[in-house]
Amino acid sequence: MREKLLKVSDLVVHYELENEVVEAVNGVSFEMDRGETLGIVGETGAGKTTLALSIMRLVPEPPGRVVQGTVALDGENVLSMAKREIRQIRGKKVSMIFQDPMTSLNPVQTVGNQIMEVIKLHENCSAAEAVIRATEMLERVGIPGERFNEYPHQFSGGMRQRVVIAIALACSPELLIADEPTTALDVTIQAQILDMMRRLKDDLNTSMIMITHDLGVVAETCDKVAIMYAGELVEYGTVEQIFHRPKHPYTVGLFRSLPSLDKDVDRLQPIPGLMPDPTKLPNHCSFYDRCEEACDDCLQREPPVVEPEPGHTVRCCRCSGGERREAME
Amino acid sequence: MAKRITPATERAARIAAKERSTSPVSPAKAAWRRLRRNKAAMAAGVVIVILLICAVFPAQLAPYGFDEQNYAVAFTAPYKEYPLGTDNLGRDILSRIIWGSRMSLIIGIVSVVVGLLLGGILGAVAAFYGGRVDDVIMRVMDVFLAIPNMLLALGIAASLGTGLWNLLLAIAISNVPRFARIVRSSVMTNKSMEFVEAATAIGASNGRLIFKHLLPNSLAPIIVQGTIGIASGILCACGLSFLGLGIQPPTAEWGMMLSSARQYIRSNWWMVTFPGITIMLAIGCFNLLGDGLRDALDPRMKG
Amino acid sequence: MSKYILKRLLQLIPVLIGVITIVFILNQLMPGDPARMLAGEGATEEAVERVRVEMGLDKPVIVQYINYLAGIVTRGDLGTSYKTGVPVLTEVLERLPTTMILAGISTLISVGIGVPLGIAAATWQNTLVDYAASGLSFIGVSMPNFWQGLMNILVFSVYLNWLPSSGFYGPRYWILPALTVGTSCMATITRTTRSSMLEVIRQDYIRTARAKGQTEYQTIVRHALGNALIPIVTIVGLEFGSLLGGAVLTESVFAIPGIGKYMVDAITNRNYPVIMGGVAILAFIFSICNLVIDVLYAYIDPRMKSQYSTKKRKAEVTE
Repeated sequence: MREKLLKVSDLVVHYELENEVVEAVNGVSFEMDRGETLGIVGETGAGKTTLALSIMRLVPEPPGRVVQGTVALDGENVLSMAKREIRQIRGKKVSMIFQDPMTSLNPVQTVGNQIMEVIKLHENCSAAEAVIRATEMLERVGIPGERFNEYPHQFSGGMRQRVVIAIALACSPELLIADEPTTALDVTIQAQILDMMRRLKDDLNTSMIMITHDLGVVAETCDKVAIMYAGELVEYGTVEQIFHRPKHPYTVGLFRSLPSLDKDVDRLQPIPGLMPDPTKLPNHCSFYDRCEEACDDCLQREPPVVEPEPGHTVRCCRCSGGERREAME
Repeated sequence: MAKRITPATERAARIAAKERSTSPVSPAKAAWRRLRRNKAAMAAGVVIVILLICAVFPAQLAPYGFDEQNYAVAFTAPYKEYPLGTDNLGRDILSRIIWGSRMSLIIGIVSVVVGLLLGGILGAVAAFYGGRVDDVIMRVMDVFLAIPNMLLALGIAASLGTGLWNLLLAIAISNVPRFARIVRSSVMTNKSMEFVEAATAIGASNGRLIFKHLLPNSLAPIIVQGTIGIASGILCACGLSFLGLGIQPPTAEWGMMLSSARQYIRSNWWMVTFPGITIMLAIGCFNLLGDGLRDALDPRMKG
Repeated sequence: MSKYILKRLLQLIPVLIGVITIVFILNQLMPGDPARMLAGEGATEEAVERVRVEMGLDKPVIVQYINYLAGIVTRGDLGTSYKTGVPVLTEVLERLPTTMILAGISTLISVGIGVPLGIAAATWQNTLVDYAASGLSFIGVSMPNFWQGLMNILVFSVYLNWLPSSGFYGPRYWILPALTVGTSCMATITRTTRSSMLEVIRQDYIRTARAKGQTEYQTIVRHALGNALIPIVTIVGLEFGSLLGGAVLTESVFAIPGIGKYMVDAITNRNYPVIMGGVAILAFIFSICNLVIDVLYAYIDPRMKSQYSTKKRKAEVTE
């Protein structure tokens, strides 16, 4: 069997500022197979973007620093590669769609040139050929080819995101990381863009990591789901496992805070409280303060990772047999 | 999940522990604390304090009078009794530099204060009333800005005549447009803030709004630009005196010292070197302090 | 595009009239009686009066102002030198090339050194390169150029005897003055370039470029520089003003026969029309230069360019 496409093990990324350290990613491990789509779900500030950036080694250093862990692409650790090698991977083997299309395109270059750039970097082709391929790509994402020579400010947000997607997919990457690709867009555009991404992903046979805080998007798009909280993966499994048999109190809380068509609930139940300050993480389970099922045991130790069913992992004391707080009192 | 201890977290914890002891702090205190951590700005501050002391007590500090001539020792290279040497009239250069700090600092500081007052009022009024008033004031300022600063000061100084007060006025006037712009843009930003709307809502008068709410909140850029303005004021004053448009002999003034030393440059290096170093030091220190203040007053602006 | 240039040209007119007004007011404030000065020393009262009527100096101030303005617009009449009796404009135009050569070389030096230095400092932020560039630009900003000129003479002419200390007869003579004028400008450009680059390097599209697998060098050159250039161009334009002011002082230090020295000599002779004429001409050049910069700006930034072409397009649609 071939190596897993992506294998992240015990990844820890910090941002080291002058008088504080932001612990953005804390010991994340997961694997991905070819053709799979993984959804990473979490609140703003849970470390999703940092995780995504470290897969391409794009975390700005300084202040960012990978404290420990590996990111293996086809068995090769991205984090220890020479700069030259990592450049050959970026845009070719792995590419990324960023959150804000308004700022992720260079305002003083035509969109066509920006698509061509990535083709010229990775494909051995002439300039004329690159123009043809870039135009093709532009049309593939639904933009008329004659807009090749226009500048980003002449496009709307949704159109710009299409350009960003064209850049990301221009060299048919094996892995596409989409970092909240639709968050900055109008709701009506969101669906179009997601549809298009799904279609192109299937056409090009690309694996995808979809970062989002929208569980609906995950349900429609993904095979596997990872729930992130305060820089950790608190729960991981197939869409079916997570959606039907969520184990971690945070995941349960997330679903309860969603409106549902099947069930008739009077009020949504938000999870009370806020995520802990990533510069001041506690020494125990970081969800403790907001957890309905917290017990004294949770204060004593780091939550262990348990596997309630094959392929479904949870990082929680309660799920590993701790007792309810009420019972202790 | 447990905190991971790395060298960086330990350092951060140390700094945090040091600062926690006196919290909570007012914004001014926090800014002062940030400024204190900036070593270059603090060193510049120390030099400025020394210059200020020189300006206030030149008679006590200077070994000789500013116009004490002694032809017997004219053109003496630096040695023990005349640490920076003497000039063509046998005057001690160190003493003249100490006396000269008085002129430079007066001009630098007063021209900024006057320029700020005039420019600040114009800028605040323009920003506050907007529309036609803003247009007229700022167009006039644009005209002044179309004349390079040094040349404007030169023109004004030439038509007003020489002397300390005319020089001061020339530099102050040439500062007005710049300060008007800064104050205007700063007031414009604050004008749309909610606390101003709140003050308007409770019926504060326009004057009260400008002076009690808008100007104080625009203070940070004004302080920074004022400090840097002192540096450019000193530069301008020395330049004009160098050309013979400013302070007249026998008063000691750095630019004028350079001007009179020019003809002796081939044989008496100390005469042109030391006054110049002093000017550079003074200008540099005010610039450094200004940069430091900017970083301290508005951490977001830090590059 | 030509519409934009035309618009900027029209905007220039009130500014220039304003500058002329300021110069006129300064002229009025000048000490001494211009008629007496023009008539020359020891002239009879009648001769002075004759000059006064000839020059229109007996008319009310407002008439004098209109005549002055009209004189400048129609004949470029900036007044007559007390000393030589030749129109100021003629004498200024004779000296203009010298000053422009000096200013031009200084600009080249300051941009040619300042921009790369600023880029280097930003690219290797908080390294030795950055500190060295910052230190250098700090010294450059703080050093008064008339003193730097003297020091350059002291070191390169008096002690090392490499370069001439005065005159303006050829490239060898240009080096020291251009260096002197250009230093503070270079320092400011270095600082602006650095901070502008740091700002741009943080932008998302730089991350996009890196995510494409672009090399650091190409990312800086192709993506960062184009965007960072916009504020740099603005500052170059503004610095040109201080450069002209600096040229006045520097020309006097190096005895260069340009507009600056002409003005400084006039200061010593109390030759006021020359001073004011010089100020007006240099302000005029500065304004033109800023106009050029603004137009250049529109060429660098496609957002500016299309602001005018889209307007046209919209107009066509409504028609």
